[in-house]
Amino acid sequence: MYEIVRKEKLSPNIKLFEVRAPAVAAKSKPGQFVIIRIHEKGERFPITISDANPVKGTINIIFAEVGKSSIQLGRLKEGEGVLNLSGPLGNATKMQNYGELLCVGGGVMVGALLYQIQALKKAGNRITTVIGARSKEHLILVDEARKVSDELIIATDDGSEGYEGINFLDSFFKEKKFNQVFTIGPTSMQREISEKTKLLGIPTIVNLFPIMVDGTGMCGACRLTVAGVTKFACVHGPDFDGHQVDFDELISRMRFYNPNEKIAMVLFDGS
Amino acid sequence: MAARKPQVEMPRQDPKNRIKNFDEVAIGYDEQMALEEASRCLNCPNPQCKKGCPVEVPIPEFIKLVKEKKFGEAAQKIKEKNALPAVCGRVCPQENQCQKFCVLGIRGNPIAIGRLERYASDWERNNSKIEEQTIPYTGGKVAVVGSGPGGLTVAADLAKRGHKVTIFESLHIAGGVLMYGIPQFRLPKEIVQAEVQYVQTLGVELRVDSTIGLLTTIDELLGLEGYDAVFIGSGAGLPNFMLIPGENLKGVYSANEFLIRTNLMKAYKFPEYDTPIRVGKNVGVIGAGNVAMDAARCALRLGADRSYIIYRRGRDEMPARHEEIENAEEEGVELHLLNNPSRFIGNARGFLERVECVQQKLSEPDRSGRRSPMPIPGSEYTIDIDTAVIAIGQSPNPIIQQTTPGLKTTRHGTIVVNEETMATDIPGVYAGGDVVSGAATVISAMGAGKLAAKSIHEYIMAKKTRNKPSA
Repeated sequence: MYEIVRKEKLSPNIKLFEVRAPAVAAKSKPGQFVIIRIHEKGERFPITISDANPVKGTINIIFAEVGKSSIQLGRLKEGEGVLNLSGPLGNATKMQNYGELLCVGGGVMVGALLYQIQALKKAGNRITTVIGARSKEHLILVDEARKVSDELIIATDDGSEGYEGINFLDSFFKEKKFNQVFTIGPTSMQREISEKTKLLGIPTIVNLFPIMVDGTGMCGACRLTVAGVTKFACVHGPDFDGHQVDFDELISRMRFYNPNEKIAMVLFDGS
Repeated sequence: MAARKPQVEMPRQDPKNRIKNFDEVAIGYDEQMALEEASRCLNCPNPQCKKGCPVEVPIPEFIKLVKEKKFGEAAQKIKEKNALPAVCGRVCPQENQCQKFCVLGIRGNPIAIGRLERYASDWERNNSKIEEQTIPYTGGKVAVVGSGPGGLTVAADLAKRGHKVTIFESLHIAGGVLMYGIPQFRLPKEIVQAEVQYVQTLGVELRVDSTIGLLTTIDELLGLEGYDAVFIGSGAGLPNFMLIPGENLKGVYSANEFLIRTNLMKAYKFPEYDTPIRVGKNVGVIGAGNVAMDAARCALRLGADRSYIIYRRGRDEMPARHEEIENAEEEGVELHLLNNPSRFIGNARGFLERVECVQQKLSEPDRSGRRSPMPIPGSEYTIDIDTAVIAIGQSPNPIIQQTTPGLKTTRHGTIVVNEETMATDIPGVYAGGDVVSGAATVISAMGAGKLAAKSIHEYIMAKKTRNKPSA
């Protein structure tokens, strides 16, 4: 069992867990993920690592309670734990000094973004951060983001805080020159940003999380097309060149099990 | 004369019923059947059957014990050489191994060695408690990467020789392909777990959730972690795809994904188990090996109306065991032979609807005797399928190869070893099973494991002698 040593509610449906997993914590790097299985009958699902504390032997994960497994996960208390936690999996984000950097994170993935930013900052980058959410109450880790960034911009889908949507980036890109963009968060958001930066020729690294089962290259569920070639997000990614990703296919594939998830939820709520 | 009696038939579930459940198809001998079959064994003074067994099971000796109704002792006798008898009794291709050499086989009627092996080991599991064994620790520390048949064999053999063994498994449960690949109705998972537990009673430690290469590297195992030797048995886990258009449509699975969801994650019990699987009305499985048969048979059990095997060569070239093809056809799996898929066709919403195939004809046998498929121009046609399963083989998972500097690999990604010792070029690092041979059988991985265990033992003992301060 991997014990939850700290549980924190970050927004109405987003939780942070600090989980004891010393071997994983010793090796974790930004951009990597773990695969979790809560109990004997549970499914295996990926969660991006939001932070790691090798001294304490813990990692942080942040997740939104949107389906049966994530709701079950969210119900666990401090002192309880998950049955399986495998990682760190996937390739770490490549750290180097790009110069002027724009980092955009949305939803639950803001935590994972900050983990990346801390390392990118150490690599010497100057970082402008954009964090986004559906609305003001869903924004997470705002103070933390401000602390690690050179500049922080907030955006919400409904405009209840900061910019409304991310179209402000169009004029923003005219005012400021960026050498590189990193995005992590909802796939539709990553697509939008990639489309904008492609027109402007700003290299953009996305962090993708299609459906996965084993997370080690065995099943191929997470395959996506990058520059016309099939890649596995788990072993070739999860970072990819956002300008080369076939987002239509990716988003379509991510919805494949929606009917099953609905069935699971209906029965779950009924129990 | 006793020897003239025919082989005792294996009772099996009726095909009409069995496609509605995941229970074991072959029900197994009862005591009477086992005794009758064992009584046919001639107990040859110079037994040939042993020659066919990659792990040297003392076959006549255990059959003699079965004859004497000493079933538990028979199982123990097998376990002297084979840690996984209940598995091997079910999935070994005995017809190409021990039974091929049985003298009664000359008349096409060999002793059903596998069925007897299964009977003895099942009897033991059901009738006696597995006890923790205390083997004195006299050897070294060995890390085994992967808990499939090869890894379990290495671990058991080395533990019996007094070494402290730790198995590192990437998934959440031990067994490798025995758990994620071979379906419940051919190899019940409870039986695999009982065999794993037996290996643990030998003092072997098991660590799941441990992807070697990422969590800990081979170098770290040998250095910081203080292991004397490492065995890499990481298998052939990377699915091959056809690389044809439409392969990423929704409804196209790799055989690995299809079987992992079904077997390892128990998607056939969704929603009691959380992992879903979506199987359409018409399922097309591409390929004709054992994995393809497994997938086609799972598809029927998961509710498909039609399940097709689509294969570019002919019936004689199908690589699956004869028994598995027979089982599949009995259950209603239809064979589309001499057909090569050229593209998958989907609807506007990205769901698979059809597969286009090109009909093939076979060439004259080439120098190796194999007949190659050649496309018949203009013969394209489509088959309606809403689920496809690509079962055209697996390659080794590259994670260890990529994270172990100095580990020599072939262009196919398999690890290069000395075939007599299973040693790699890195001192103390051994490898065997599918990661060396490419996808093969359970028993060949176990044979490689046996060989590696012997080499590792000798390597460690030599190292210990060398390191001892001279008096």
